[in-house]
Amino acid sequence: MNVYAKEFNASACRYTADLRHRDLIQKALAGYYAKRDEFKGRFQSWSGARDLAAEIKWEAVNHLDRYLDEFVSRLEARGAKVFWAPGAQEAQDYIVGVARQHKVRAIIKSKSMTAEEIHLNEALEKKGFEVAESDLGEYIVQLRKEPPYHLVFPAMHLTRQQISDLFHDKLNSEPTNNPEDLTMIARRIMRRKYCEADMGISGANFAIAETGMISITENEGNARLTTSLPKVHVALVGIEKVLPKLSDLALFLPMLATAGAGQSITCYNTLYGGPRQPGEPDGPEEFHVVLLDNHRTELLADAEQRDALHCIRCGACLNVCPIFKNVGGHSYGTTYQGPIGSVITPHLRGLQDWKHLSQASSLCGACTETCPVKINLHHHLLHNRRNAVRARPAFLEKLIQSGFVLLMRRPAFYQLAARVGRIAQPLQRLIRGTFFDPLRAWTKTRSFPPLAKKSFRELWRERKTP
Amino acid sequence: MTNREIILGRISEALKVAAPHPALQDNAAPVPVVSSPEKWLPPAGATLEEQVELFRQNAEALMAEFRACATVSEAIQYVKTLAAAGGWKKIGRHRGELTDSVAHELGLAEVQTDRGYAVDDLESCDAALTECEALVAQTGSVLVSAPSAGGRALSVLPPHHVVLARRNQMEPDLTAALQRVQQKFQNKFPSFLSFISGPSRTGDIERILVLGAHGPKKLTILLLP
Repeated sequence: MNVYAKEFNASACRYTADLRHRDLIQKALAGYYAKRDEFKGRFQSWSGARDLAAEIKWEAVNHLDRYLDEFVSRLEARGAKVFWAPGAQEAQDYIVGVARQHKVRAIIKSKSMTAEEIHLNEALEKKGFEVAESDLGEYIVQLRKEPPYHLVFPAMHLTRQQISDLFHDKLNSEPTNNPEDLTMIARRIMRRKYCEADMGISGANFAIAETGMISITENEGNARLTTSLPKVHVALVGIEKVLPKLSDLALFLPMLATAGAGQSITCYNTLYGGPRQPGEPDGPEEFHVVLLDNHRTELLADAEQRDALHCIRCGACLNVCPIFKNVGGHSYGTTYQGPIGSVITPHLRGLQDWKHLSQASSLCGACTETCPVKINLHHHLLHNRRNAVRARPAFLEKLIQSGFVLLMRRPAFYQLAARVGRIAQPLQRLIRGTFFDPLRAWTKTRSFPPLAKKSFRELWRERKTP
Repeated sequence: MTNREIILGRISEALKVAAPHPALQDNAAPVPVVSSPEKWLPPAGATLEEQVELFRQNAEALMAEFRACATVSEAIQYVKTLAAAGGWKKIGRHRGELTDSVAHELGLAEVQTDRGYAVDDLESCDAALTECEALVAQTGSVLVSAPSAGGRALSVLPPHHVVLARRNQMEPDLTAALQRVQQKFQNKFPSFLSFISGPSRTGDIERILVLGAHGPKKLTILLLP
């Protein structure tokens, strides 16, 4: 077992036993389920909308070269600077270069999972630039020096008490149990930072090929301030974010809000098509768009799992996943948690290192059912399992499985095994969960039901021959 | 090879193997692509009156304040009551037919953003007065752009945003609102367009709704004839 799998197991064991954590997550999600269903119900047909969203994303991803070209040429025509980044390193270097060139003193950043993916903050801080996360949840986890817990709700694992303690400790604020007071503490601090920052960094939710614009979805207004006041704006955009037409947003904006956060529409859906244009009162002098590949083209090359690039990062699959809700977002050890993270991380960071995530699933299919762009998530977990053993056969598992097949296909062996089991079970109870128990991983926290004294076959035989 | 060529090369190589169209999966019969989503999205009213009513419901559900005014002077009176209630001393605004007539009657200190402004000066305003591109009945959203709303920051920096809109700016849905700006600007789009749906909000602490996270705590939309 590799180090990532070991860490996952250890963390998952800890979180599943933490009832306070489970209670907090369930409470946080209960409101989401109710609102999500309410707003889905307002659609004339949610399933029709999903079909259409899947088709639009398919069109974009399967003609990615053409749409990227169109997107870039329109952006450049309005004075934006586009950088194509084959990997994380190139993207980091470029953004550090922009910061150096402008002798930037303070950087303000709005939420971007793509920036988390390439560890952009660490790269900038290493070169001496200070980066302030402006999204409230991201700011909280940044103060705690931990990664976001969830794609969309970065601080959902924390109670208001913990946040109050954190603010008291780091910001010297008065302790309070009121979420509004806590939000206002962050608001006051951030206000100064927006006004003083000379560079703003954002992600993007969509890239519109037809008009050469990025679209950012947010509730707080922090991304709008990040992209309005500083003199330089850098947007980090994964190449898979492209949508063909501006009108596609009429479908994707409400779907993202409903699937992702249980809202009818997110508070701010903003389109940026360049730096400040002649005659405009404000906006950055320079607008840089960094297009990131970073192994996305490897996922693209896998036609079977290509639809994983349809993902709009709404987080709906996390919210319904029984594994996510029990092991928690931090156990994954990945940028992208939950079912979508388990599917794409092996492609982004190596199949053998991350194949254990394919087993972190009950294969219940709730993720596939809820996905607004119809990614075949739970089947892709099976595809990753298959690909992992194809590339590196697991001999012990193969041996066990052939033994199982042998047992199940020959009634005589099966009966013998049942008889041995009946004798062995009471003996196993003596060593249950200890080092000597070969089944200890399972039996440590679970009890096995006692085998019946007589099998169905034996009972049947007795009935027939009185 | 440039980075652009590297990435585009990887893409065309990857796309050599085709992925099945989603409508063809599960062995279902091919379904023609529906080019517009109106059939699936939440309905928008057919008549202007229905749309105004739907807009009111949606905007109020998003915690915005909505008021249909019969005349411009009614709108002016209403903004005066807002100013008195909020104790406004200074407002931010841009030049425009509606903003000019309202601001003139208010007689408060002003920061006009049209020709640039000092950030701290705008930040210390008590309210912002803007016009817009369109209202969206289906979602209760206000569509603003850099030219119609005094730039990027005016509609997000002061704590109370007051939007002045005309009845003929009401659009039934997001598709129609996007079409409207596409027709208006053709290929000369401004650098900034935003759908504003209610005042700024967050749920990042225990998923409890708090208004005024970073942007305005209040949003008032006045519909003028």
